[in-house]
This record gives sequence, C-alpha cells and structure tokens, in this order.
Amino acid sequence: MDTNTKLLKKNAFRVTKVRGVTASRVRVPGGHLKAEYLSLLQNIAETYGNGTVHITNRQGFEIPGIAFANMPAVNELLQPIIEGLGINQQESGKGYSAAGTRNVVACVGNRVCPFACYDTTAFAQRIEKAIFPNDLHFKIALTGCPNDCAKVRMHDFGIMGMTEPQYNKDRCVNCGACVKACERKSVGILSEVNYKVERYADKCIGCGECVLACPVGAWTRGEQKLYRLTLLGRSGKKNPRLGEDFIKWVDEDSIIKIILNTYGYVQQYIDPNAPGGKEHIGYIVDRTGFEEFKKWALKDVQLPETAEVYTPVYWKGVKY
Amino acid sequence: MGFFLAKDGVNAVLERWRDDYLIYAPVRMAGGGPYSDTDSIQYGQIHRVEEIVYDQKSRYSFKEILLPLSQTLFFFTEDQIKEAEELKKGAIIFLRSCDLHAVKRLDQVYLQNGFEDYYYQRLRKRVKFVLMGCQKAFENCFCVDMQTNIIDTYDASLEENGDGYVMDNHCAEWESLLSKYSLRQLDVRPSHVTETNVHVEIPPGVSIDVAKSKMWDEYDGRCINCGRCNFVCPTCTCFTMQDIFYTDNGKVGERRRVAASCMVDGYTDVAGGGSYRKKNGERMRFKVLHKVYDFKKRFGYHMCVGCGRCDDICPEYISFSHCINKLGSAVKEVDGNDA
Ligand code: HEM
Ligand code: HEM
Ligand code: SF4
Ligand code: SF4
Ligand code: SF4
Ligand code: SF4
Ligand code: SF4
Repeated sequence: MDTNTKLLKKNAFRVTKVRGVTASRVRVPGGHLKAEYLSLLQNIAETYGNGTVHITNRQGFEIPGIAFANMPAVNELLQPIIEGLGINQQESGKGYSAAGTRNVVACVGNRVCPFACYDTTAFAQRIEKAIFPNDLHFKIALTGCPNDCAKVRMHDFGIMGMTEPQYNKDRCVNCGACVKACERKSVGILSEVNYKVERYADKCIGCGECVLACPVGAWTRGEQKLYRLTLLGRSGKKNPRLGEDFIKWVDEDSIIKIILNTYGYVQQYIDPNAPGGKEHIGYIVDRTGFEEFKKWALKDVQLPETAEVYTPVYWKGVKY
Repeated sequence: MGFFLAKDGVNAVLERWRDDYLIYAPVRMAGGGPYSDTDSIQYGQIHRVEEIVYDQKSRYSFKEILLPLSQTLFFFTEDQIKEAEELKKGAIIFLRSCDLHAVKRLDQVYLQNGFEDYYYQRLRKRVKFVLMGCQKAFENCFCVDMQTNIIDTYDASLEENGDGYVMDNHCAEWESLLSKYSLRQLDVRPSHVTETNVHVEIPPGVSIDVAKSKMWDEYDGRCINCGRCNFVCPTCTCFTMQDIFYTDNGKVGERRRVAASCMVDGYTDVAGGGSYRKKNGERMRFKVLHKVYDFKKRFGYHMCVGCGRCDDICPEYISFSHCINKLGSAVKEVDGNDA
C-alpha cells in the first residue's frame, strides 16, 4: 500500500496503530453545533468506521476504524458538516484543507451560562474564519469569564471574557452583597465607603460577580465587549506551563489582528528543522525573546484605550 | 372622556406634558440585565410613546420614583441644615392596575399611618398616574385573586388599539389638550385581565400561630437572603437612614434614606448589637405574613397586590404565591399542635 501520510494528516485523518486503518477528525469550532450533524457522524461511523466515536479534547469527534480506501467516501459524507459548521475549505467534497492549526475551542458561553460575558461560540467561529486553513501549530481557546472553564491558559492564545462593571450609586442600597461576592468568589476589591461601594479598578478582573449579586441593578455590565488575552500556555513533553497575561481589557478586533500577526512571526522564526514542521510558538519566543514577538504581534494593532499591556512577560512551568 | 389618538397625537400630548412633568414608564434598558446581552425592563424617563414597554412586565416597579432607592433628604453643617431640592417638575407615571393598587398601599403607610411623611407627600401630591391596560396576564401574575385587576382611580389610561391608541381621561385640566390632539372621542374602558395562570388562596384562619409551622424551615436552606423579592415589590415600604460625613470635611454631610429589605442581613440590628430573625425561614415568614396577614389586620386589606414580581426575580426559584398556598395546611398543622 502506498499512501502519503503527510497529505493524509493534512486532510484531518490520523495514522493509527493498525496498518491501513485511519480515523477521521471532525472539528467543531466553538464546540456548539446543530444536533442534526450528530446523525451524519453516526452514519459515517456505522458505514465506514467501527461504529464508535471518540469525543476529543479539543471539541471534535474522532471516527476510528476507517479503511484508507474509504477516505474519499468519508470526505464526501463530511461535506454537509464542513459547510454547516462554516469551515473554510479549499475544494468542496475533499474534506479538510489543513490540520495544523487546531480547533478553536470554547466554553458554553452566554448561550447558556449566566457568568459568561459574551457569545464564546460566535467569537470562536469568527476566529475560525480569519485563520483557517493553516498548517502552523496554533492553539486557541475562549472562555466566557475568569472562571476559565475552558482552561484557556493551557493554550497559545487564551481569550477570557471580562465585563467592566458600571456602578450607579443612586440605586445602591448598601446591602453589601457585591462586596461579599467579590470577597468570597473573586479578588476582594470592593469596599464600603460612606454606605456606598468603591471598586479598586486596577485590580478588577471583570468577572461580573458584583453585577450578578446586586439585587437592585446598581451594578450593570459595561457596554463594550472586552477580554483578557493570555499567551503561550502549553502542555507537552519539554516544558509545560500556564499562559501568562498579555493584555487586559482588549477588544475582539485587536485579538484577531494579534493572532494573524503571530502567524507572520512564526513563519519568520520557526525552526526550519522542526519535526513535522511543527513547533509550539512558546519555544520560538523563548529563542527570539519576548520583545521581538511583541513587536510582531502588535504591529498595526490599534489597541482600545482601555487596554493594559503587560510587559515584559515571564513564564514559569515545569522543567525536567 | 375617552379619546382615539394616532401615534403622532400621543407623542404631541407627551411633548406638552413634558413642559410640566417628568414622564416615567417601563422602558427597555439595552444590556441592562444581569447576564451579558440581556436587557432589563425598568422605569425610566420617556419622550415618546414607542419607548413604553407594554408586552413585558417591568423587573422593578414604579415605586422607585415615589420612594427613590437612595434619596438625600437634607444636608447638614455643624449648625445648619438645608433640605434637598424638590423636583423642578411634577411627574406622570405609567403603570398597570396592580401597581396603581400598590400606590394606595404606599399612601396608606406614608400618609395615613399617624402622620404624613414630609418627603413622600411633597412628591406624591405632584404625581399623576396613567394606567396601562393589561390585555393578558403575565406568567406569575395573580391580580385577579388579590382583586387588583381593575381600577378606576387613574388620571388617564393609555393603550394601543388597532392603528392608534385609546385613552380614557379623568383629569379635567388635560381635557382640552386631548381634544386638540385626538382624532375622535369615544367611550374607552381600559383592558383588564379576568384570568391568571397562578392562583392563590389565603386561608381565613391565619393567625400569628402559623409562625410555629414547620413550613418555614425549608426556606432556611433555600433562600439566600438577597432581598430581591422586597426591592422589586411595589408595596414594600421599608427604609433605613444613613448619616454621611463627607471625607474631605468630616463636620458636614447629608442624611439619606435608603430602601431596606427584611430579608437582608442588618435589617433587625439594634443598638447594643442585637439582631433578630437570623434564619432565612423566619425572614420569609415575616415577609409573607406582612403581605397577607399583619397589614390587613391593621388596615383592612392585603398589602400584596399580586404583581408576581417577587416570583419573577427570585434567583432561587422561591415562589411567594406557592408559599401563600401552603398557608392552608400550615394553619391545620398548628391547630393540630394545640389540640
Ligand atoms: C432603655 C431605653 C431604650 C431602649 C432599650 C430603646 C430601644 C430602641 C430601639 C430598639 C429602637 C429601634 C432602633 C432601630 O430600629 O435601629 C429605638 C429607636 C428610637 N428610640 Fe429608643 N430606646 C430607649 C430609650 C429611648 C429614649 C429615652 C428616647 C427618647 C428620649 C428614645 C428615642 C428613640 C427614637 C426617636 C427612636 C427612633 C430612631 C429612628 O427611627 O431612627 N429611645 N429605641
Ligand atoms: C429583652 C428585651 C427585648 C427584646 C428581645 C426585643 C426584641 C425585639 C425584636 C425581635 C424586634 C424586632 C421586631 C420586629 O421587627 O418585628 C424589636 C423591635 C423593637 N424594639 Fe425591642 N426588644 C426588647 C426590648 C425592647 C425595649 C425595652 C424597647 C424600648 C424601650 C424596645 C423597643 C423596640 C423598638 C422601638 C423596636 C422597633 C419596632 C419597629 O421597628 O416597629 N425593645 N425588639
Ligand atoms: S468559563 Fe465562565 S462563562 Fe464559561 S462556562 Fe465557565 S463560568 Fe460559564
Ligand atoms: S467584576 Fe469581579 S473583580 Fe471586579 S469588582 Fe466585580 S466582583 Fe470584583
Ligand atoms: S449589591 Fe448592589 S445594592 Fe448591594 S451594596 Fe452592592 S451595589 Fe449596593
Ligand atoms: S426569597 Fe428569593 S428573592 Fe427573596 S431573599 Fe430569598 S432568595 Fe432572595
Ligand atoms: S409580594 Fe410579590 S406579588 Fe405581592 S405585591 Fe410584592 S412583589 Fe408583587
């Protein structure tokens, strides 16, 4: 059997333990999909796979037990899913065009969760549209609020929703609920002064617990959608580490531009001998220094006035 | 006299009213809800009739206009006080039947309860009410059972009808204005509901003994004493006083009165550090019996008007109407105890 495994992988199939047998990897950007696609997946698994489906860590489905010969047929069946999920594709009916950049994952966000500061899936889909298909190894995750259910600090780019709480002191009845909520559930930066509430804004993480706690609506959410962007977290063998804060109170457009800029930076500086043409961005930054990365990442980015850039950024992590 | 007005006519009337009044109605506060990308329907000033939200119940009631959540009463220095300014204009408030019944309760407490509250009467006498007819009841309404679904003590009523609006006017000084801007006169009866989803039955045998029932215990664990049920209620009248000494000059300051809730910690704190009704079930009992027992004993009718806002807002899904409906078996339970 002669099969180009490089092309097979790029087409979102996997080389498995069993010779001649592959698995199809289906991405769901933002992790939310119409239920109708589940029956299509079921059909592929039962027709060409072994009748099982694995739910992946990055919010996709892996359909194992597919014979190499059936890859074109599977790609045909994948087409309505690829279209329905808004995946950028080079040639219709031929499956995925690249598999380097990983699925953009998201917590359930404000379609369901009361804490979430925005529609995580919609933003994930917007990022998907901007960056795919792409062979470079990028991992991006979005979470609705600083609870970070999506564990975005494990990713190259972590996007965490924030809300800038707005205080209407004429509505405040000094019940203390917000002060207590911030103290017990968050960073404890609200205090009572003269029977009203003061917020130490510098330390506010924008979790919105105060807004949720207030019984009279004295706290409301800020109009602007703002985020915390964390950088270059990773798991893996060499030096796993958590992502560090890069920009706080940043907007959507800037985040997308920074991600796109980083593709340029990686193309420039990636180790030409990296195994499989893949290198975690963090190792590249370790090599070039953070300032060089920052220069590339922020090129032509118009940060909003609210944005606070952390610099320099240092990472910790496990060293063996 | 009743009138039929086109939308432009109503807006012309509102514009003339605004010479003498601030006009308040339930409006949509975009992004004002507690969750992201959710709105809040609450009272605000309006300029045009399109801003008035008819098809949803307001989260907070009109009460905030007559009894501001936080109101400065006067300013003081070491030897002088200065009363806070009165509003420059009067106010017109758009509200529903249950809420207009609630005005009667507020008046009862602030005007006809031994003495007149100065700050309340100062504002109250300059307020006029426009009834918003209800074509259908909302999810948690129980106005029919509380007999608050119909009212005729409004200054005017206003609701949409076909391609325009109908208004019934009781206010003599508005008569010529309305004649001028209306298309025609007609007989108008504001809509009212005659059936609600939720029903309540307040048993006749309620007495203070019902406090001994076990029914209150469940709320010890369920209720988080947030006070939302009181703050949204159009008939809750409790306040607390705050004397503020300015931080720049600790010898001058102001006195505020601020809405209080019998569900929230601190309500029963007294000099010397005492505090009562520590359990949330006891607070629930106090609130419920105030609404459908004590008030009536004193004034002859129930405090609760059945607007259902407390049910709409409780984050723990505690239903006040459901609780009322448990009073019947609680009465039997405590009767049994005595025997
Ligand atoms: C042993 C003696 C007294 C006791 C145990 C007592 C107890 C209390 C308590 C428990 C309150 C309610 C406080 C609160 O709600 O926070 C109160 C309020 C009040 N007491 Fe007394 N009191 C005493 C003597 C007096 C005397 C001698 C006067 C006047 C000459 C007085 C005038 C008032 C007034 C005006 C209030 C209402 C204050 C307000 O509404 O802000 N009390 N008292
Ligand atoms: C052992 C002695 C006392 C206990 C345990 C006690 C307990 C209480 C409690 C539980 C309340 C709250 C009642 C409610 O909100 O329904 C209250 C209110 C009050 N008590 Fe007492 N009390 C005591 C003695 C006194 C005395 C001696 C006075 C006055 C001379 C007094 C004056 C008041 C006043 C003015 C209120 C406020 C009533 C209101 O807000 O309508 N209390 N007390
Ligand atoms: S991260 Fe926040 S928004 Fe997302 S599911 Fe968790 S709590 Fe909800
Ligand atoms: S948003 Fe969160 S951190 Fe900021 S004040 Fe509110 S509760 Fe505290
Ligand atoms: S929760 Fe709301 S009313 Fe209570 S102290 Fe905070 S801002 Fe004021
Ligand atoms: S009954 Fe509900 S709204 Fe009222 S204090 Fe308890 S938890 Fe809050
Ligand atoms: S107790 Fe509840 S239903 Fe009754 S008037 Fe108050 S908010 Fe409305």
